[in-house]
Amino acid sequence: MCGAPKQGGSLAGVDLSTQTVIQGSVWHDGTPVAGAYVRLLDATDEFTAEVVTSPEGEFRFFAAPGHWTLRTLAPVGRAERAIDAEVGLNETTLAID
Amino acid sequence: MSRSDVLVTADWAQEHLGDPGIVFVEVDEDTSAYDGGHLEGAVKLDWKTDLQDPLRRDFVGREAFEALLSSRGIGNDDTVVLYGGNNNWFAAYAYWYFKLYGHRDVKLIDGGRKKWELDGRPLSKDTVERPATTYRASEPDLSIRAFRDEVVSSIGSKNIIDVRSPDEFSGKILAPAHLPQEQAQKGGHVPTAMNIPWSKAANEDGTFKSDDDLAKLYAEQGYDESKPTIAYCRIGERSSHTWFVLRELLGKSDVKNYDGSWVEYGSLVGVPIEK
Repeated sequence: MCGAPKQGGSLAGVDLSTQTVIQGSVWHDGTPVAGAYVRLLDATDEFTAEVVTSPEGEFRFFAAPGHWTLRTLAPVGRAERAIDAEVGLNETTLAID
Repeated sequence: MSRSDVLVTADWAQEHLGDPGIVFVEVDEDTSAYDGGHLEGAVKLDWKTDLQDPLRRDFVGREAFEALLSSRGIGNDDTVVLYGGNNNWFAAYAYWYFKLYGHRDVKLIDGGRKKWELDGRPLSKDTVERPATTYRASEPDLSIRAFRDEVVSSIGSKNIIDVRSPDEFSGKILAPAHLPQEQAQKGGHVPTAMNIPWSKAANEDGTFKSDDDLAKLYAEQGYDESKPTIAYCRIGERSSHTWFVLRELLGKSDVKNYDGSWVEYGSLVGVPIEK
């Protein structure tokens, strides 16, 4: 339900003809960041969801077509990126300087 | 009630780990978080398997709650200090649940697991065993729990607060965006509900905003002090967060959490919906 599901892994069972999946990974210094908090903000910059990255630094959201912002917060720092998502798979990377 | 009675800082929690008479309890839906490392000495409660009836959609009954707390080694006189992931959503839900069954002294760790992790505080993987107790729960306090008929009859007369994100409120999406969007219920919200997302009450590290900021937030959004209030979300855990803010931090009277929330309301035949 509202708990954070496991991040990353297979998209088996996800209908990409109806779902708008935004996924990717968080990186810092050339390595993925596990346990980073990634939040999805809507077009008005309001919080929509938040997940914690997998051991491989991955995150995944099920959104809707439109403009979104991804923001990550981790002990090593923060990063932000805007994305225009469409139905299907939308992939991106968040790099923490 | 004031903030210091119901909310403790991560510093306070770290200083009091292991104190007799204080039981730290982690509450998550996904207990792999706890298993991967928890506060030293904390026991876990699983939002779904421990706190929901295994068959019907409802709480566990009073006797089951007594058995649960007894088995976790929680006594009636213990101070229960709750924390969890998801910005304390499920810990706030458990807080409300403990209050419903009459536990006297319950607190939340401000910022929950997120703040703890971002601060780089220590986590333990040790198995926690506490001696069993004989816990006695009160009859459920229904003055803090709303049911569907009350929600329908409150349209236009009480403060109804929809604490979901604006895109859920408008029906653009049907669940928080970390979950697949295939749901049975209709999209939209209860007519006359104000959309005051739970996230506006929290800072980015998961801690609650100051009392002044919180008071201003609800006043600006049209909260009517003279009316009773019902908060809802999708399944009742984010609205527990707002219930905690309104009743426990701001001290407002007559605030109920509608835990049936949108999963129930959006599936009811014949009730009005706005989009």
